[in-house]
Amino acid sequence: MFTDLPLLSLLIWLPVLGGIAVLVNGDKNAWARPLSLLISVATLVLSIGLYTGFDSATHQMQFAEQASWISTFNINYALGIDGFSMPLIILTAFSTVLVVVAGWEVIKDRVSQYMAAFLIMEGLMIAVFASLDAILFYVFFEAMLIPLFLVIGIWGGPNRVYATIKFFLYTLFGSVFLLLALLYLHHVSGSFSILDFHAVSLTLQEQTYLFLAFLIAFAVKVPMWPVHTWLPDAHVEAPTGGSVILAAITLKIGGYGLIRFALPITPDASMALDWLLISLSLIAVVYIGFVALAQSDLKKLIAYSSIAHMGFVTLGLFVVFRIFVNTTDTSGAVLAVEGAMVQMISHGFIAAAMFLSVGVLYDRMHTREISAYGGVINTMPVFGGFAVFFAMANAGLPGTSGFVGEFMVILAAFQANFWFAFLAATTLILGAAYTLWMIKRVMFGEVANDDVAQLTDLNRREFWMLASLAIIVLVIGLWPAPLTDVMHSSVEHLLSQISQSKI
Amino acid sequence: MTTNLLLTLALAPLIGSIIAGLFGKQVGKAWSHRAAIIGVATSFALSVWVLKLVTVDGEAYNQQIYQWLQAGTLSLEVGFMVDALTAMMMVVVTFVSLMVHIYTIGYMHDDDGYSRFFSYISLFTFSMLILVMANNFMQLFFGWEAVGLVSYLLIGFWYKKPTAIYANLKAFLVNRVGDFGFLLGIAGVLMYAGSLDYVEVFAQAPSMSEKTVAIFAGHDWSVMSLICILLFIGAMGKSAQVPLHVWLPDSMEGPTPISALIHAATMVTAGIFMVTRMSPLFEFSETALSFVLVIGAITALFMGFLGLIQNDIKRVIAYSTLSQLGYMTVALGASAYAAGVFHLMTHAFFKALLFLGAGSVIIAMHHEQDIRKMGGLKKYMPITYWTALIGSLALIGFPGLSGFFSKDSIIEAVHASQIAGSGFAYFAVISGVFITALYSFRLFFLVFHGKERFDTHGGHAPHESPAVVTIPLILLAIPSVVVGYLIGSMVFGDFFGNAIIVHAEHDVLAHVAEEYHGVLGFILHGMTQLPFWLAMSGVATAYYLYMVRPELPAKIQQRFQLIYRVLDNKYGFDDFNQKVFAGGSRNIGQLLWKLGDQKIIDGAVVNGTAKTVGMVSKLVRHVQSGYLYHYAFAMIIGLYVLLSYFVV
Repeated sequence: MFTDLPLLSLLIWLPVLGGIAVLVNGDKNAWARPLSLLISVATLVLSIGLYTGFDSATHQMQFAEQASWISTFNINYALGIDGFSMPLIILTAFSTVLVVVAGWEVIKDRVSQYMAAFLIMEGLMIAVFASLDAILFYVFFEAMLIPLFLVIGIWGGPNRVYATIKFFLYTLFGSVFLLLALLYLHHVSGSFSILDFHAVSLTLQEQTYLFLAFLIAFAVKVPMWPVHTWLPDAHVEAPTGGSVILAAITLKIGGYGLIRFALPITPDASMALDWLLISLSLIAVVYIGFVALAQSDLKKLIAYSSIAHMGFVTLGLFVVFRIFVNTTDTSGAVLAVEGAMVQMISHGFIAAAMFLSVGVLYDRMHTREISAYGGVINTMPVFGGFAVFFAMANAGLPGTSGFVGEFMVILAAFQANFWFAFLAATTLILGAAYTLWMIKRVMFGEVANDDVAQLTDLNRREFWMLASLAIIVLVIGLWPAPLTDVMHSSVEHLLSQISQSKI
Repeated sequence: MTTNLLLTLALAPLIGSIIAGLFGKQVGKAWSHRAAIIGVATSFALSVWVLKLVTVDGEAYNQQIYQWLQAGTLSLEVGFMVDALTAMMMVVVTFVSLMVHIYTIGYMHDDDGYSRFFSYISLFTFSMLILVMANNFMQLFFGWEAVGLVSYLLIGFWYKKPTAIYANLKAFLVNRVGDFGFLLGIAGVLMYAGSLDYVEVFAQAPSMSEKTVAIFAGHDWSVMSLICILLFIGAMGKSAQVPLHVWLPDSMEGPTPISALIHAATMVTAGIFMVTRMSPLFEFSETALSFVLVIGAITALFMGFLGLIQNDIKRVIAYSTLSQLGYMTVALGASAYAAGVFHLMTHAFFKALLFLGAGSVIIAMHHEQDIRKMGGLKKYMPITYWTALIGSLALIGFPGLSGFFSKDSIIEAVHASQIAGSGFAYFAVISGVFITALYSFRLFFLVFHGKERFDTHGGHAPHESPAVVTIPLILLAIPSVVVGYLIGSMVFGDFFGNAIIVHAEHDVLAHVAEEYHGVLGFILHGMTQLPFWLAMSGVATAYYLYMVRPELPAKIQQRFQLIYRVLDNKYGFDDFNQKVFAGGSRNIGQLLWKLGDQKIIDGAVVNGTAKTVGMVSKLVRHVQSGYLYHYAFAMIIGLYVLLSYFVV
């Protein structure tokens, strides 16, 4: 229905300009909240147009737009999406609505700035997923961090400066290499088009350097072990909305980067170094699973849980080479890559729900220490129901979206090597252990103290926020086909790209 | 059989669950239980109809309901497969569930979580139906985990009780250990069969059985053995086989109706059902069958011993359940799948009966569960007494009652088995008969006979439970007596048809069947055999020890302190798990976090860099305030770095 509109541009600039409008309007009247909600909902509605207008039968970029930007360097404003980016854009639009709703009563200082930061960030993140020009991608990739730094730096907790700088240093460290890689690819291909990059021939040595550059840039975002330690700190200091976006979208940009750049541009290096990625992914699942068990801060626990879950994304993406060796059929490889994608989307919803749930508690108790809670379900039964549900989703219970991605990746990993699947499957035990132990300590038992005794259950705003997530998590868990169907062509295309040597 | 029929059958309890669970407050207590009971009753009625269609009319059903996911040529689907095995399970599950639903009206009468409880048990019924009706491994796993979820919710139903919320976490995690193996087994099936659909996988079984895989370099293992053992590890979790049995006794923290439904009659038998369903695979691996046989035998014997020294009425029955699950597992290992499933069915009736009877006693005792504080209840609770007697006799295998037929056929089958471990298994199941009789009648005598040791709570004599409690007892007592007579068709006949595949060289039941000349002959033959006399001497021993010479047990306990200590510590499994697995994991977590993340990664690498930058930025902060500048400043550095790269 929206096919005549430059939909991607609308999706990028509506929230950005809307955010600026909210900012300009300021806090002198009460418009900041409703205006932000209106803009974010409008963006979400528009983003649905990407799904309804999407042609699943092709891997070609759709909704493409092209305009010259800096003609001297042949840098273009080139946009387009495929089965990888489309679901992530919708996820972004949805998460932003949640963030606006989540901050509705909670954010009292500088509301317009807060809302504006998230709206602008939304537009920039959508732009990251939609960019087909390397420089355009890079600009948005960097620019998107500014509002995030601001959100953590201004509305964050007591240790926000340390967290922001740590986050910043990590990402800066990665970005440098990314830009270098992109410039080198321009040098080789004579273009900044990402699709041209896909086609360029490179020696194994060139590929290896490029791959490592991509890896450094994107591994920080995912985050992969051992460049993950910024995430728990950033989460702990970030306000709820910041945590939601961080977990739901920012991490996905790392996974998306590997799919868009590392795998298709440097397939031979990816294959040569797959052992590294697989090892790091499995370390993320096992090592981080244990670390999560040791956490006493709710947000840190969920942050570590995020890292472990993102391990499945990188595992799914990089086991494909070994599956190719072991089987003649591509089904296993498709399962792996689609599993990685489903895991990203699902984690976006579940981690958002977990952080929103912590936010619900934090707004009432102003502490994230697990030991400060106990028996919350006595005073907040409805919230307790949601908390147990999302905990189960986080533990990968079948029937929730958390199961689908892990299941697909474990099934696929078995076809690469028994031990990959073995180590990955420990998440069944570890994930359940740290999540449900947390639930036991926070939710169950007698009312632990007077603060818990005075808790009030969810209000209507919080209820619908969590209920909408619960419904999505359930629907994807019971019927993931509509989600994976839009990916098939793009995944098949990616697999054909990476199975051909570029040397 | 139409798809709509099966969908209605499966979804009716789910609808009941949703009404009671989400709208319990709006519709009130009465409509909560009505909705749930109508749902389950519908399921039960339709299940009986389906059983008729399958057994009498010879119909079968195997169809996709919807496609769950597609990846390449692989299609994962949600669908139903109904054959005799499924139909039997459906009837057992929905019947016991219906009884438990009705019973719950009385048992949970004054509980604050009344509607919630009905919601859970209906949800359980739905999950269990999905599990048994699945036509593929993905859906099997869904049902498998869903019943685990409901079990978790119900064990922790009284979420204020510290023991209950400890027990439910423990149950979930131990089950997850099993599921870990199960999921790997499913992954193996997919890799070597290229499908997760039962029929397609079973068709591949012969070719799979010829493949080997090197899990450890240089050691080629049979693919089929690997897959079957992995799948069986799942069954060990759900069906509580040693060493993954530890969660079941603790699950008694949940309300009694669910102990009957979930932790005795249905969910815990899911592992038995699963292995039976996978008989076309297990038959190809004698290694796996031996493994199953030995694990089952260990469980049957050693868990029985623990039942001897328990004083909590529910825990005695729980250990009895463990031991009986061991019997079923032994049957599977001996390739006597039909006997295993037959015992599953008879056990479902009499064990649900015993648990609900125990619940009736618990109500009368004002929630006292210690059998040392009971006694002489016979005259106060005649219906509970007689039904408990029927249940106990069925459990010990008294000739003519259901347990006799199923247990004897297992013992005979193991006797005829030739595979590795069958000698030990035979010893275990034979000895188990004596133990079973001893602990069952110890319980029975201590509760219903002898001196009245209970606290009368101000002179109120205990009284029989209301009709909603006693009617389910009576309705369960009937099949506990009569279903044994189906042995001719279910164990020795072709009731299960193609649902169970047994290779000729393992077909022990065919051997036993040669000796089978009708029900009466089987009974008469049984009365001349060792198991019967062992059972009788078990009852006699119990009578002597607890009725005639009640001072003796304490002396025996004194005399055999060491053995008692071992049994009292439940062989040390709990302590070991608590220290090594639970404690060890927490310590590893602390170590990796404190040392790996904080000291090495952050301390040495990140903060080393951050400190330098932090110092510089501190300088800047003196000049400029405002957080934006942190970024701006660093952007400049970044730009500078990039430019220098550019120039070079």
